[in-house]
Amino acid sequence: MRKLLLAVLVLAVIAAAVMWFLTAPGKLGESAFANLSEPDLARGEEMFWAGGCASCHAAPGAKGDDKLVLAGGLEINSDFGTFYAPNISSDTTAGIGGWTFEQFANAMKKGTSPEGQHLYPSFPYTSYTRISMSDLNDLWGYMKTLPASSNVAPDHALGFPFNIRRAVGLWNLLYLKDEPVITFNSPSDRLKRGRYLVEGPGHCGECHTPRTLIGGLKLGEWLAGAPNPDGKGIIPNVTPDGSIRSWSTGDISYYLESGFTPDFDTAGGSMVSVQENMAKLPASDREAIAEYLKAVPARPNGYPSPSKEN
Amino acid sequence: MKNAVALALAAVFLTGQAVYAAEPQQERQQTMKGVGEAMGTLAKTIKGEIEYDATAVANAFKKMNEASRNFADKFPEGSETGHETEASPKIWSDRPGFEKAVQEFEADTDSAVKAAPKDIDEFKAAFGRVAENCKTCHETYRVKKE
Repeated sequence: MRKLLLAVLVLAVIAAAVMWFLTAPGKLGESAFANLSEPDLARGEEMFWAGGCASCHAAPGAKGDDKLVLAGGLEINSDFGTFYAPNISSDTTAGIGGWTFEQFANAMKKGTSPEGQHLYPSFPYTSYTRISMSDLNDLWGYMKTLPASSNVAPDHALGFPFNIRRAVGLWNLLYLKDEPVITFNSPSDRLKRGRYLVEGPGHCGECHTPRTLIGGLKLGEWLAGAPNPDGKGIIPNVTPDGSIRSWSTGDISYYLESGFTPDFDTAGGSMVSVQENMAKLPASDREAIAEYLKAVPARPNGYPSPSKEN
Repeated sequence: MKNAVALALAAVFLTGQAVYAAEPQQERQQTMKGVGEAMGTLAKTIKGEIEYDATAVANAFKKMNEASRNFADKFPEGSETGHETEASPKIWSDRPGFEKAVQEFEADTDSAVKAAPKDIDEFKAAFGRVAENCKTCHETYRVKKE
């Protein structure tokens, strides 16, 4: 009996150790930081808009130049609790102005904070992990030039078990992958650029792809549309079988530039902010995104059809 | 009862059509469709797909301005759901904000009508201000259902 108890105890300790090891926050190796040159601030600004940083991190409702003040505070009401976008302005205490580039890159690509803790995937590091080190370097250079804000955003308000940060490590084992979602046979440079923008910085899949019960993206239903993760309604299916099935690549580019659909309806909800970001990119990037959206596998809607109310 | 029938008949004769009581949801959808059509004329002009036509532009702005008047009244209590409405619950929870957005749409289309742009350059400024209203309102007060 004693022996059995001891064996159980030993096994439990081993299991706990393995668990601790498996859930450890990831870090980039030193080689990732080799060969980086001085940041190109103009390219960094493009990455800033492509990445949509301001859409969540600017003060809620910010317009124009106020979008450059990444004061935080936006409330995201998810199924797992309420997340508050933190201050990522250049302020050295309230913001991230005191971080090193290594710390920034680990947050973006590994979801690991400078304190060595897991960040929550409401911050889309699952997409940002695909951003190249060179683009990250430019982005970081640009973000350091933006204004400081002393605003302190509230802490996330999450229920059990989602309030256990360490558990995000297990989630990352399942869902944090940096390879491309969609593979093409001999893709053109433009198609590759489109894939990079959509799957990486643009993090389009984070809203346009349905999620599992524990919040991981169902990659088999990539861009098939999903229930709105933050409120009522749906996020449209943007595969070739979705609500943009009749749109040409020109229509998609024009929508991203102007916000107008081919029948002159407009973007709405959180897409308004996204579209305004896309409008700041070079036209060639919008065309690349359009080409990619036309090339991804067609999927049926990833959300339940609306119940007829009458 | 007799009076009501007589009144309804009179209305049919006077207006030349049956009195069609559309639900507010359908009525506002119809109004927005008209705005979309007017926007089509304006956006195609901006894109250079159709030649600048001052009369067509003026008519489109007028149509939008008419649509904006009393538009908020088409969202009465009790019309929050049904008929595949994409109206956001925020229209009712933030009524002053919604009404302000509609008033801005009315004011901007009114200025555009009064500006009566004669050429594409004059038109561009008016168009930009009017078009901004679509997104601003849809950002907060519409939810996609499909």
